[in-house]
Amino acid sequence: MSRLREVLNQGAFAVTAECGPPKGADPDVILKKAELLKGKVDAVNVTDNQTAIVRMSSLAACVLLKNQGLDPVLQVVVRDRNRIALQSDILGASSLGIRNVLCLSGDHQRFGNQPQAVGVFDLDSIQFVQVVRRMRDQGVILGGEDLTKAPDIFIGAAANPFGDPFNFRVVRLAKKVAAGAEFIQTQCIYNLERFEKWMAMARDRGLTEKVHILGGVTPLKSAGMAKYMKKRVAGMDVPDEVIRRMEGVPSKKQAEEGLRICIETIERLKEVAGVKGVHIMAIEWEERVGEIVESAGLLPRPGQ
Amino acid sequence: MITAEQKPLDEIRGTISHFRRILVLGCGSCVAECAAGGEKETGMLASALRMAAKMEGKEVLIHEKTLERQCVRDFIILLDDIVHEYDAVLSLGCGAGVQAVADMFSEIPVIPALNTEFLGETRDQGLWVENCLGGGDCMLYHFGGICPLARCSKHLLNGPCGGSVEGKCEIDPEIPCGWQLIIDRLEQHHALDRLEHVYPPKDWSKKQGGGPRKIIREDQQR
Repeated sequence: MSRLREVLNQGAFAVTAECGPPKGADPDVILKKAELLKGKVDAVNVTDNQTAIVRMSSLAACVLLKNQGLDPVLQVVVRDRNRIALQSDILGASSLGIRNVLCLSGDHQRFGNQPQAVGVFDLDSIQFVQVVRRMRDQGVILGGEDLTKAPDIFIGAAANPFGDPFNFRVVRLAKKVAAGAEFIQTQCIYNLERFEKWMAMARDRGLTEKVHILGGVTPLKSAGMAKYMKKRVAGMDVPDEVIRRMEGVPSKKQAEEGLRICIETIERLKEVAGVKGVHIMAIEWEERVGEIVESAGLLPRPGQ
Repeated sequence: MITAEQKPLDEIRGTISHFRRILVLGCGSCVAECAAGGEKETGMLASALRMAAKMEGKEVLIHEKTLERQCVRDFIILLDDIVHEYDAVLSLGCGAGVQAVADMFSEIPVIPALNTEFLGETRDQGLWVENCLGGGDCMLYHFGGICPLARCSKHLLNGPCGGSVEGKCEIDPEIPCGWQLIIDRLEQHHALDRLEHVYPPKDWSKKQGGGPRKIIREDQQR
């Protein structure tokens, strides 16, 4: 059973975190992160070769987390697998007790350490959601052949309210919902005004009644990180006022300021109608997730 | 048309270095349009190779000829009387042209002088852009005449991805976001509602699922 689904269905404000697998075969890295996150969050996303850099497979790291009593969210990108491998991995994940999947396009291979790789993109993320939903609910693979046993998996997708064109962002959300997404985790929110506009559009279309939206947050470690994300990460909206706020404190205290901004963002997200939880992407900073969750008044987690 | 660019001269010289009699063979079609392998470029490459050989004191016979089309046998047979005078053919045709010539004269090495690139259009003087993947099942109607498979870096049929910013693709600010173009075009056509639909997975068997493709038209056969 997916703990994430249970928490969301109970109507509690859900908390998920992110765990990036190591660039190596050492399971201890994951076990250490599991220790840091246990009891602090409802579920943990495991990224799938994020930024197109080769890392331990998401599925393997999910199993390591599950064995430590966490509820992993398997992130799967369509960049590296065709429809045969994607469907096969969903069956494999379900057989290993993984109960959540986040279906993604994936960062383009050009950004990573294998820029000469072919990008598969056989399905897009929306088609992938639709395929998994049919596998689970109708017990069929693409093309209609029956499965001997359907996968048991809670289906998620991502949304970026900060990409362009803005008016089309909610259409894309609607398509993900129509394809069968049950929960959405958003890109990191720094521009709350734009996020709230997007949420209002989602509410107008009735989408918040059909899908659980978790707002994404990433605590900033420094003013430099804020500027880097604004300039270098496509589709990331870091307003100048956030950068000015980070720059306004001495560099030794910027990490604490970043955590404060993150906690304030979560407090505000809790008040936005239709937001059902928060997704904390503390990039290689998992040790601070517990205090973010606690300071945001979100501990203890239901049932833990 | 098919676009191509000439390989670096040193690479070309490396591949022909052990031949003494070489026919540099241009093509007057697509690769002439993209200024890579037409009569003019063929003449220039042959001159450059002759000069380089002379500088090295090598005795090499280099002749040049340009066919109207290298990928059509009716034109390739025009080489019947001369090709055996050479040890090798250096082709400035696209990959299809190189192979067609090589198939006709299998006893003679046919060496590519170009890198074949993509199906595209001449957008401006000196500017060629990719806009067709040859998918075998044209979907341009749905997308206002802009192909998401060719013009979105992730081939999304239900785009744009989260990396589209101010009309540019996340992988390079010089690349227009194909999906922004599609949305703008469909807005012009008052057909944005078309994009509310979830487009199903592409049938790639029309492109590559059945191995190398061929077209048979009995009405065209003699």
